[in-house]
Amino acid sequence: MLTVQDLHVNYGAVHALNGVSLTVKDGEIVSLIGANGAGKTTTLRTITGLEKAASGSITFDGVDLRKTEPSKIITHKLAHVPEGRHIFPTMTVEENLEMGAYTDPTDQEKTMEEVYQRFPRLRERRRQLAGTLSGGEQQMLAVGRALMSKPKMILMDEPSMGLSPLLVKEIFDIIREVNAQGITILLVEQNARMALSISHRAYVLETGTITIQGDAKDLLNDPRVKKAYLGQ
Amino acid sequence: MTKQRKIAYLLNAVGVVVIFALLMALFAAGVFGTSTTYIQGICTTACYTVIMVASLNLVVGFMGEFSLGHAGFVSVGAYVSAIVSGALAGKGLSDLGLFLVAILAGGLAAGIMGVLVGIPALRLRGDYLAIVTMAFAEIIRVCFCNFSITGGGKTLSGILKLSTFPRAFWVMVVCVTFMYMFVRSKFGRTVQAIREDYIAASAAGINVTFYKVLTFAVSSFFAGIGGAIYAHYMTAMIPTNFNFNYSAELLSEVIIGGTGSLTGSIIGAVFLSALPEAMRQFATYRMLCYSVVLVLVMLFRPGGIFGRWEFSLTRVLGRLTHRRETAKKGA
Repeated sequence: MLTVQDLHVNYGAVHALNGVSLTVKDGEIVSLIGANGAGKTTTLRTITGLEKAASGSITFDGVDLRKTEPSKIITHKLAHVPEGRHIFPTMTVEENLEMGAYTDPTDQEKTMEEVYQRFPRLRERRRQLAGTLSGGEQQMLAVGRALMSKPKMILMDEPSMGLSPLLVKEIFDIIREVNAQGITILLVEQNARMALSISHRAYVLETGTITIQGDAKDLLNDPRVKKAYLGQ
Repeated sequence: MTKQRKIAYLLNAVGVVVIFALLMALFAAGVFGTSTTYIQGICTTACYTVIMVASLNLVVGFMGEFSLGHAGFVSVGAYVSAIVSGALAGKGLSDLGLFLVAILAGGLAAGIMGVLVGIPALRLRGDYLAIVTMAFAEIIRVCFCNFSITGGGKTLSGILKLSTFPRAFWVMVVCVTFMYMFVRSKFGRTVQAIREDYIAASAAGINVTFYKVLTFAVSSFFAGIGGAIYAHYMTAMIPTNFNFNYSAELLSEVIIGGTGSLTGSIIGAVFLSALPEAMRQFATYRMLCYSVVLVLVMLFRPGGIFGRWEFSLTRVLGRLTHRRETAKKGA
């Protein structure tokens, strides 16, 4: 479904990505783990066009994403939940969700009803300003807004950031449920154990290069991963 | 349009007509005696200032970007309209027709300038954008100081006196209505989403640069109309009128009124247009008092007089009638 081939991205003289290649197949959860500054977020931002690639190719569902405007990428049903819960703080929860259906408002009410069923808390707070929600609720809203665009695939950047362990578990359960409905997910996470436990496959990114890849189960037992990312 | 909304528009229209009729009646009755023309002048000044301030608020309040060069767009509107009305004078157009053509030309010229400046500048944000807009306004001013068609560095005089108070008033009403509709439209919502969080906005599929340039162009268009009324009221102007101080003055009126509130801009503009005149009796201390008032407002209402809140006639009337009903029930 998503194929990234030999992707290079530079920030000035700094090489952020040095030939990253990865594939995500239909229906999978694939996670991308790695330390701070390894290039995880850069990879996602380059896929959705927020950063410009120096070379390499990105294809999603047969579409060349490097030739697609960032604002058009969502029309190909690829949604991005950016790092740090980017919601619209002085709009209400419902208005935030409406913005999610910005490019495709058909059946907006039906989709919103589905989102509310998945996140009953958001329904309770539909008239509340999004900036006054708790961290976990804001993350749910960010996911809900992505669902409003009826995506085939969602890119998620650090959904566990700044959340309590209990909420992290809740968010990861939600990711699994969303995936069970047939939405493919590429997940970027620092919380490697959690990410690997729900993923089918995973890639380890180190200073802009993929160093290890394989089934998530195998990676959980890989001595190198255990030592560097699982703290064992 | 829902019924409620229709009623709201109707109510506001009635309110505007009442204010206009009241002012005209006061002028006609000669309440102000010998200073009628003077008061009428202040009212005209307030009208075009409202247009300029409200248009700047589109950028500062609704798009959330700082512009320090609004006077540049005002001056484009002022000079272009003056040149157009000068060229078309005596060609068989009525005074009103000439006035409308001139202000529309001024607005369009400023709007086009807004697009030209906006396309490169709006890739920048915050402080950088503020510096670029300031530089733009200076460039315009220097150009107008050197073009012979704008009178060079000298005063451009002999502009037709086409801006009467009623015309300025109704143009203001139309402009503010359009700006209000823009803010409440799908475009307005989109622009506010960009202000709130541009990363989330682009992730939702919004073309951020396009909407920023669009807003900037709309804002410049109305700034140009404000400038055009100014030119045909003053009948003479010099490029230094539109220096950085003028941009800063407009910006302070936006902030005093409340960033993100169009009704706030109206109050801010009227208040600050009338204030220096009302304080004339303090003579030399006038500007000092003006500054003190600004400081006081900022101290006690840091978000401006209105903040982001919009004054609504419907809501006030609703509350009044509601109170009366509950009073009846109580009795």
